Amino acid sequence: MLILTCPYCGIDADETELAPGGEAHLKREGPDSSDDAFEAYLFARDNVRGIHLERWRHAYGCGKWFLAARDTATLEVLGTYSAQTSEPPAEIRTRIQERQAR
Amino acid sequence: MSMRLATGGRVIDRTRPIEFTFDGRVMRGYEGDTVASALLANGQLLMGRSFKYHRPRSVVASGAEEPNALMTIGKGGRETPNVRATEQLLEEGLEVRSQNAWPSLGLDIGRINDFGARFLPAGFYYKTFIHPRPFWKHVFEPFIRKAAGLGPAPTRPDEDRYEFTYDFCDVLVVGGGIAGLIAARDAAADGARVMLVERGPHFGGRAVIDGDVIDGQPAEDWVKAVVQELAAMENVTLLTRCEGSGVYDHGYVLCDEAVSGPVRQRLRRVRAGHVIAATGALERPLSFAGNDLPGVLLASALRDYVVAHGVSVGDRTVIVTNNDDAYRTAKVLIEAGLRVPAILDARTEVDSPLVSEVKALGVDVHLGRALAKVLGPSHVSGVAVCLQAGEGAVMQEISCDCVAMSGGWSPVVHLWSHCGGKLFWDEERAMFRPDPNRPPTGADGKGFVTCVGAASGALTTAEVVASASNGTPPEVEPETTTPIAPVWIMPHGAGAKLRAKMWLDFQNDVKVSDVRLAAQEGFESVEHAKRYTTLGMATDQGKLSNINGLAVLSERLDTPIPQVGTTTFRPPYTPITLGALAGEAKGDLFQPLRQTPMHDWHVEAGAYMEPVGHWRRPYCYPKGRESHAQAVEREVKTVREALGMLDASTLGKLLVRGPDAGRFLDMLYTNMMSNLKPGRCRYGLMCDENGFLIDDGVVARIDEQTWLCHTTTGGADRIHAWMEDWLQCEWWDWKVHVVNLTEQFAQIAVVGPNARKVLEKLGGMDLSAEALPFMAWAEDELGGFPVRVFRISFSGELSYEIAVAAGQGRALWDRLMAEGQPFGMTPYGTEALHVLRAEKGFIMIGDETDGTVVPQDLGLDWAISKKKTDYLGKRGQMRPEFHKPDRWKLVGLETLDGSVLEEGAYAVARGTNANGQQNVEGRVTSTYYSPTLGRGIAMGLVARGPQRMGDILRFTRIGKEPQEARIVSPVFYDPEGEKQNV
Repeated sequence: MLILTCPYCGIDADETELAPGGEAHLKREGPDSSDDAFEAYLFARDNVRGIHLERWRHAYGCGKWFLAARDTATLEVLGTYSAQTSEPPAEIRTRIQERQAR
Repeated sequence: MSMRLATGGRVIDRTRPIEFTFDGRVMRGYEGDTVASALLANGQLLMGRSFKYHRPRSVVASGAEEPNALMTIGKGGRETPNVRATEQLLEEGLEVRSQNAWPSLGLDIGRINDFGARFLPAGFYYKTFIHPRPFWKHVFEPFIRKAAGLGPAPTRPDEDRYEFTYDFCDVLVVGGGIAGLIAARDAAADGARVMLVERGPHFGGRAVIDGDVIDGQPAEDWVKAVVQELAAMENVTLLTRCEGSGVYDHGYVLCDEAVSGPVRQRLRRVRAGHVIAATGALERPLSFAGNDLPGVLLASALRDYVVAHGVSVGDRTVIVTNNDDAYRTAKVLIEAGLRVPAILDARTEVDSPLVSEVKALGVDVHLGRALAKVLGPSHVSGVAVCLQAGEGAVMQEISCDCVAMSGGWSPVVHLWSHCGGKLFWDEERAMFRPDPNRPPTGADGKGFVTCVGAASGALTTAEVVASASNGTPPEVEPETTTPIAPVWIMPHGAGAKLRAKMWLDFQNDVKVSDVRLAAQEGFESVEHAKRYTTLGMATDQGKLSNINGLAVLSERLDTPIPQVGTTTFRPPYTPITLGALAGEAKGDLFQPLRQTPMHDWHVEAGAYMEPVGHWRRPYCYPKGRESHAQAVEREVKTVREALGMLDASTLGKLLVRGPDAGRFLDMLYTNMMSNLKPGRCRYGLMCDENGFLIDDGVVARIDEQTWLCHTTTGGADRIHAWMEDWLQCEWWDWKVHVVNLTEQFAQIAVVGPNARKVLEKLGGMDLSAEALPFMAWAEDELGGFPVRVFRISFSGELSYEIAVAAGQGRALWDRLMAEGQPFGMTPYGTEALHVLRAEKGFIMIGDETDGTVVPQDLGLDWAISKKKTDYLGKRGQMRPEFHKPDRWKLVGLETLDGSVLEEGAYAVARGTNANGQQNVEGRVTSTYYSPTLGRGIAMGLVARGPQRMGDILRFTRIGKEPQEARIVSPVFYDPEGEKQNV
């Protein structure tokens, strides 16, 4: 049962307060997209053993979506951050690089 | 014969006798007894029958690991099956019943399975009962069900109460032995909030039983002092009879607490900064022939019974061991005045003070010896002795009535392993120990579980205290011991006949021969061997059997034990009752119920309510002795001919506002919403990115920047979340916000030819067709109520949906009901609503849609914008699958004889598919009796349906011949829409 810090309301939220939303930073493919690109957008997901960038909603809290960098094997949380970004903030990127270098 | 000793028993109170019954017989014990110790005290050695062979069994252990002595406790609404007699405390009047024996424990017909044991080896069921197939269902299965099994599930509702608590601490110490006490004291001294949970009723663990000396005091006194010290500290919570059952991600721990009083069990959901597992170790049985006979038990368990409860299992006990620890049992027995005719030690050289001490007491110690077999037949009558190194040639028989065995100790690593802590094999100690370098990790990436004491692999008291303390450990005399000799079967060269009588898993009747057979048949992975033999799959989860079993597997495969590995440790440590897991969440408290402001009126009017999500909605309002079907028919006819009223408050009402709201809704709905004029309404469809239809409803434009989106009852929360997802995660720069107003407004549909008349009677606003035409809405006052009136129709009749502040919903409902009486007003429920919409061919989300249906399948192309370059689902709908000519599409269906089609019925096509199943070419999505038309009507999805008008299809009926129906237009009533447009 994970604990993630909601970056909006600052609460250390228990997993029961949260709703999972799968992989983060997907790029939406619209009507102009190729079959391959659209298929990948709809169905292809990384099933990472290691650091995963993922979507969570503080469903039974402030209601906001946020993103988390979490190691699926060790359950280490490298940080949570705003959903309104297309990549993790620099600080979390550095932490991920440090971890992957180890 | 087991009995109560004249003296001793440190946990029982001989001044407080307790009467209880076992299989109806009245017995006596003392306060502090467990059911097991009390049964032994009453000479009741036989306590159960094994699962498969129905062999007679008695206790083999004294605690959580007990596989045999499972009892049904209590009766009626307080009956609990499969309770370990070794842990159930005796209570006045307790009713205890044995299990898995028929007709009685002493005379059990299922025992016949034992005499046929050679016909029931591992995998027998898999191999035998495949063919002939019908035999399984009618012959084998009923017989096996009757013969095998644990206690039957109680049939009465549980009368007890259960509750949850939520606890938070810096350090949770699981286990109240000396290691746990030291760890708790050290953590508390540092100022941490400490919880210490002990699963038994007493603190102190084995140290107290074994008479250790700590800081120069008897362990008993030392424990008492430390417990007092901890109890006095504000930052420490001490709990007994509370098991640390499971460790989960990020320091979440489930603790199962037994409580006396109105609440029976309390499930403590603990968040711990750090978990210290001081869970001790379990003694392993030895695998020799007949090791399951009543009277054979673990050496440490025998010590427990003698020291803690003052009961003996027999007068003459032969001890068989491969390590020093069992010698303590010899000391205890002799001190209690009992005889130890021999100690059979598999080791060839032994040199420890403890062994010398026991020899000095006059006990014959036979080195290098093994137990060839236990002499029975129904309980221990003696043992045959052989060389451990040999094949089992009997050298001597010794008469005895009890055998105490010790195969070494296995640390209880469950809590370490639940979240992924790794183990290593310690060759010298012959045990899997927690590897401190590979702990389970928490959110910070650091280990959050530590094992201390025997759970970490410590064997002597000195090691235990050293491992538990992070400061100065208490003073304990170091001990010199002779290392264990790993002995996995006894004797080493035992042949097939002996191996077939060596039990590994007592509860599931798995023997050494079964594990060897599994390996021979190719089930070499420990996980496969486990499932093939059912080793460790009983309610004790292999606490006694797993290590012995995998050692046998390792020997048979000639692979070292660490390479064979262990099976996965999963929570809970011991079974938790369903009552405890459910807590208060049952009956009325199972889930929250949502009620509309008019709910009480419906109930008072005698409505038959049905669940719709968390809501309860009136299905119909039967009058007098009307059946539900008759009530629905009357309601439908009244609405068509006069006037009806529906509580539509459960409809989702999402307010979408902002400069980009129009643009946003154009993306969410398949049609245009941005060009809707204020004061007007439009029906819209929402799809997911696959293109599948997920919700529908009427959108009203409130003002330049505001739209009110009605969703289905079930869709309100889901669609709200859907909108938020897109706004927060995709178009976060768009200036839009969404508010879910579902519960802020009551909504009443006033429907029927007389609808305008009753509203005009309330008065206050212009309701004429000119002022408020079809698909318009107005905000005004109606009979003094501030309202929004939407002229929309889901029935095909003249219809107004009136929204009013929730607090005024009931008052407006009452008023409309009263004023409507002269116009023939009836309340109608959800079933009439469905029939009315089906007569008009309106789709219902969840009936016509099932997550695989695109709007084009439903003939809703008119509600899909051709002009828009993009909307959610547009790309998905472009996929070729949805444009195939034989796609199943919506049609109406009319039975030839006027009867009603079955729900979900399939249209039968010619031929069979690749699996030999009947081909189908369509299915029924909605089917009703139409009171208006006086016959059955249905909608369905049919291959090329719209091009096959007039064709006759055959629809399946369960248990009957198919039913014929003609493909027709789905609009059965008023196809021109004249009635709603007046």
